[in-house]
Amino acid sequence: MNLNLTLLGQLISFAIFVWFCMKFVWPPVMAALSERQERIAQGLADADKAAKELDVAQARIEEQVREAKEEASRILEQARKQAAQTVEDAQGKARAEGEKLIEQAKADIEQEVNAAREALRAQVSTLAVAGASKILGTAVDAKAHGDLIDQLAKEL
Amino acid sequence: MAAANAGEYILHHLTNLTFGKHPEAGWTFADSRFMTEGQNQYQATGQMAAEMGFMAIHVDTMLWSIGLGALFCFIFAKAAKFATAGVPGTLQNLVELVCEFVDTNIKDTFSGKSTLIGPLSLTIFVWVLLMNTMDLVPVDLLPRIFELFGVHYMKVVPTTDVNATLGMALGVFCLIIFYSIRQKGLGGFVGELTLQPFGKWMIPFNLLLEGVGLLAKPISLSLRLFGNLYAGELIFILIALMPFWIQFALSVPWAIFHILVIVLQAFIFMMLTIVYLAMAHEHH
Repeated sequence: MNLNLTLLGQLISFAIFVWFCMKFVWPPVMAALSERQERIAQGLADADKAAKELDVAQARIEEQVREAKEEASRILEQARKQAAQTVEDAQGKARAEGEKLIEQAKADIEQEVNAAREALRAQVSTLAVAGASKILGTAVDAKAHGDLIDQLAKEL
Repeated sequence: MAAANAGEYILHHLTNLTFGKHPEAGWTFADSRFMTEGQNQYQATGQMAAEMGFMAIHVDTMLWSIGLGALFCFIFAKAAKFATAGVPGTLQNLVELVCEFVDTNIKDTFSGKSTLIGPLSLTIFVWVLLMNTMDLVPVDLLPRIFELFGVHYMKVVPTTDVNATLGMALGVFCLIIFYSIRQKGLGGFVGELTLQPFGKWMIPFNLLLEGVGLLAKPISLSLRLFGNLYAGELIFILIALMPFWIQFALSVPWAIFHILVIVLQAFIFMMLTIVYLAMAHEHH
């Protein structure tokens, strides 16, 4: 229980240990601790940010998918419309063509008929002259009765 | 030098290995060379150590305290040297756990900024803890081993030596005064000691009150630690005096209980140091 130099010895060694601790122990350990704390905080913040970004990306993906679907259905609709149009056009054209052909045929027929009629008419005048000559026993002067014959042919 | 009876046994265990300047024998280890009639050898050694007065040193206390302090520095510096912010190893985990525990306590109590208080508190906590832990080493083990080498006195728990605890408390006391003066100026510190609680007409009375309050800090700090550990050690010694077949039944529960005391006293010493320094930092 004697108070003696041990007191001072202890005081000095205490000071030395505190100094040592202050120089070599405390700062690196605290630095490591705070750095790790920062890293973890950073990591958590990054994770949050990534999650948010993922949400945004997902929303964008959904948006894009929706847009693509709309576009696709629009294109499909258009194609369908176009196809219908094309068919309709083709039908119209075919019909017009057909009608034109019919028209032409009709015109041809009429022409033929007219030609035939003309030919007939010309022959009729000849026949009429011949018939009349036979009936009258004399030759009918075609020139003299030309007007009469032409009138007859026209009436036929 | 085996002890003959219980009294001698206890006395033997409570005697430090003392080296000092004796008025007659000069610089030497204290021993029973001046034994007189009616004294046993331990009483004679104690008397010789007492005659050395202040110019003596407890070699065992210094040896164990410095050894344990060096152990603390070695382990913690090793961990600190390889400390990474990445995944910590086992040792780094342990060291970080202790450092963080100390740091949390400082942040809860100490509002100022100081680069000293962290390492100071860490040193106090771990060092006192290590010195206290020597109390759990069987009381006779180390003294017997040293006896084989001709060293007859060996008190292995430095904190059961009031010199050790008072030495640390004086260190804290110096810091209290240093911080008080640095924060408040010399005038502020003196004013704190003399001008309260009763105003300037009661300066001597104020000084008495505040002076006692100030001096009580290192005294209570050191005597609390010393008293607790001394008592614990004494009980281990008393248990060791009992018949061998009952010692186990008593020393095991006491040792288990003492684990609490060891940590608690180290914690209290550290905590009170922080509180005292926080008070020194505050303005009134």
